[in-house]
Parts: sequence; structure tokens; C-alpha cells
Amino acid sequence: MSAYRGLVQLGLGLWTTLRQIGRGASTVSYPEEALKLPPRWRGRPVLTRDPDGDERCVACQLCSAVCPTRCIELQAGEREDERRYPVSFRINFSRCIYCGFCEEACPTLAIQLLDAFAFSTEHHRDLIYEKEALLIDGTGKHPHYNFYRHAGVALHGKDKGQGSNESPPVNGRSNLP
Amino acid sequence: MTLFLMALGMLLTTVVLLGLAGFLVFAERRVLGLLQNRHGPNRLGPFGIGQALADALKLMSKENFVPAFADPVLYRAAPVLVAFSALASFAVVPLDRGFSWAGDWNIGLLFILAMSSLNAYGVFLGGWASGSKFALLGAVRAVAQLVSYELPLGLALLAVVLLSGSLSLNGIVQAQWMPYIVLQPLGFVIFLIAGVAETHRLPFDLPEAESELVAGFNTEYGGMRFGYFFLGEYLGLTLIAVLAAALYLGGWHGPWLPGWIWMLIKTFAVIFIFFWLRASLPRPRYDQLMALGWKILLPLSLLNLLCTAFAAALWRLG
Repeated sequence: MSAYRGLVQLGLGLWTTLRQIGRGASTVSYPEEALKLPPRWRGRPVLTRDPDGDERCVACQLCSAVCPTRCIELQAGEREDERRYPVSFRINFSRCIYCGFCEEACPTLAIQLLDAFAFSTEHHRDLIYEKEALLIDGTGKHPHYNFYRHAGVALHGKDKGQGSNESPPVNGRSNLP
Repeated sequence: MTLFLMALGMLLTTVVLLGLAGFLVFAERRVLGLLQNRHGPNRLGPFGIGQALADALKLMSKENFVPAFADPVLYRAAPVLVAFSALASFAVVPLDRGFSWAGDWNIGLLFILAMSSLNAYGVFLGGWASGSKFALLGAVRAVAQLVSYELPLGLALLAVVLLSGSLSLNGIVQAQWMPYIVLQPLGFVIFLIAGVAETHRLPFDLPEAESELVAGFNTEYGGMRFGYFFLGEYLGLTLIAVLAAALYLGGWHGPWLPGWIWMLIKTFAVIFIFFWLRASLPRPRYDQLMALGWKILLPLSLLNLLCTAFAAALWRLG
């Protein structure tokens, strides 16, 4: 009886593998085929700009402080309109572990881990990215967000977002990734 | 002149067989990929067939290293013995009607069994001469396994000899007015299982079980010496497949197509079964392997032989 059952199991096992022939490979031949990256993929960190085209980064050093591998190094400077900005911003990608802590720590959503991931080089020194290489001309994952734009508070006779240099309130849920 | 032509022909046969073994290594990986939802090697050349060449080049360009703790003579001799015994067996295998070196030899089948025993010597000596515990364990397993499965293999073949009345492979193929798999279904299954164990292919690869014994009897081997073991294994696989095709599937007999094409088709079908088994089945425990050999296959093959003999006697009388 057990021999009979064993034979049936054997046959079922063989049938299971034989059935796979027509199904094709589930391998993605990566360099030729594009990968489907998940929406929250953590790729290479970049510095983004706000919708008005200004740098979002305010050089608060939080990303550098939270970085577990200490691969972020920056120097703060101040513009003529008293807005802070990074004079230099340097990430050593031979140490970066793509944990995304810098992105979480960033109060202005400036540093973001976008989807670039294949940038191997021959030398370690080519993996130290300076600010010119990090700063992109887009807004990244948050197209409408601007740290300096605010809706203010409602006062007598003035609703949120109606004062000078105030903008209408944003639906908080629209910011979710 | 004839001698020179013969030598040339033998050289050519050997080269073709070695090429076939190299191709089988590649083909196995592709077939496994097919059965396991992946690609297998597909980079070099059309369908990745250049991978076989690349592997061969890699093995040949490696250092011929003899470990200090190994027995130097036997260590060098064992891989050659394995590859030689597998190659020599092909001399008696007919590819087509009258197309073989010694297909008419009246002890062809015995010769093949003898060569497969010699193959076991190569495996054992290789493991023993390596002077390493993993290799020794693999070698001990190999010998026990080969001895246990040679018996059912020989008994299954004996039934075929009984039916055809010939020990030469040509004679056996000629005697098949219908493929012997119809008359000997049990014998075919026993032959196939014993053949898998005899070539220590998966699922019966206990002599080289890499999850337990590193690489078993060829742990200490590298470069082309390892390549000889590898070639020997794949040539042995081809030999069992060719034998199954010649003894049970009707050899070169078949409609429409020329005989050698039929022979190739049947051989590759059996080889596919080998690959398929590898893709599907897990390795049994060692005691299970022994129990299967001695407690199931041996009585079954004896029973098969007895029934065949009885039927043949009745046939002769009636």
C-alpha cells in the first residue's frame, strides 16, 4: 500500500516538473529587459528641487546625522534672502547602504531615494558624488511640495491660505506615496 | 593503411563522443532550466551553446594539481580509468545496421558490464587516492552502490539476452521484431533505475552528494582531472541511454527515417528522462538506497527473469 502511494507521489512529482515546460522562464534577463521596480524602491539618493525650481535642501544636517554609515557630508551656506542652502553636498556611494533614513529624516523632502541603481564604476573615487551630480532638476516623488509654502492659520475674517504669501491648504492624504 | 584509417576513425569517434559529453553538460543545464522555469546558460553563442566550449576551455586551462596527501600514481590514474572505461564501452554499441566498431562481438554485453565494473574501480581509486575523508566516504558509497545495483542491472539484461538469444548488441537489435520494452516493461524500469544508480546520477548521486560530502569522490580533483570524471559521468549516462535504446526500444528499427536517426532519437529520449529525474526527485537516504536495491529491485529482477524464462520455455514447447 505504501509502495503504491510512493509510486503515485513519484509520478505526481515528475508530472509537476514536466508541466513547467510550456510556461516559460520567470527570470528577467535584466540588462536586456527592463525591471519592474516597486513604487517604494530605494535607489540612489538625489537632491530635488521644489516646484518653483529652488533647491529644497536647507542644509540642516539631519540626513548626515542619521546616516548609519556616515556617508553624507555637507556644508551649510546662506543665500542673500537668508534662506539656507548646502554649499557642498557629498555622498560616498561606496558606503551608502540605501537604508532611506536620510529621506525619512529630511524635513523638506529634499533628499529622495529614486529608482537609479546601476551605477557601478571601476574606482571607489568615482562613487563619491558631489552636489552637481546629486542635484536634479525635478521634484522627485513629491511634485507639488514646497517647504516654504504654507496655508497659515484661520483668523477673524481670513480663512486658511488667504493671507499674503499663503497658499491654499493641501489634502494631507495626497502626499502619500 | 587500414591500421592508419582505423586509428583515425577511432580518434574521430572519441572526439565526437567527447564533444557529445560536453554538449550534454550544456543540454542538461538548459533542460533543467526548462523544467524549472528559468533560462539556464543562454549567453554565449546561439542558445548559449558556446557555454560547453567555455567550460571545457576553463577546465583545460587550470593547473594540474596533485595534493601532497594524495597517492600520486593512483590519483593520476583514476580519472583516466573512468573516462577510458566509459569510452571503451562505446566500441560495441551499434549506431546503425552494421555501423559500429565491434557490434557483432559475441560477448558485447558482457564487455559493457565489465567496463562498468572498471568504471567503479576508477571512482573508488580516485576517492581512495585523494587521501581525504570526504573523498573516501564518497568512494565507499560509490562501491557499495555500484555493487548493489550491478546485480539488478545484470539480471534485467539477462532477460533480454534470454529473449534474443544473443550477447552481441547487433544480434539483440536484430532479434527485436518488436521493441523489448513491450515484452519487458518491468525489466526496462529496473534497467533504468539501476542505470541511474550505476552512473551515480541524481537522484542516486550519493557518492558525490554535495550537500553532505562536498563533492564526494572527486572532492580533491580540479582542472582536467576533474574534467575526466565529469566526462566519464556524462559518457556513462550516454552509454546507459544508448543501451536502453538498443536493448529495449528497438535500436535502429523504425519507419521512414534512417536507422541512425532513430537510434539518436531514442537515445536522446532516454537522456531526457535522466535529466527529468534530476529536475524532479530528491536524493534518498543511504539506507533507503540500499533497501531499494537489495529488497525491491533484486527480487523484482529475479522474478522478471524467472517469468521470462518460463514464458520462453513455453514458447519453445508450443
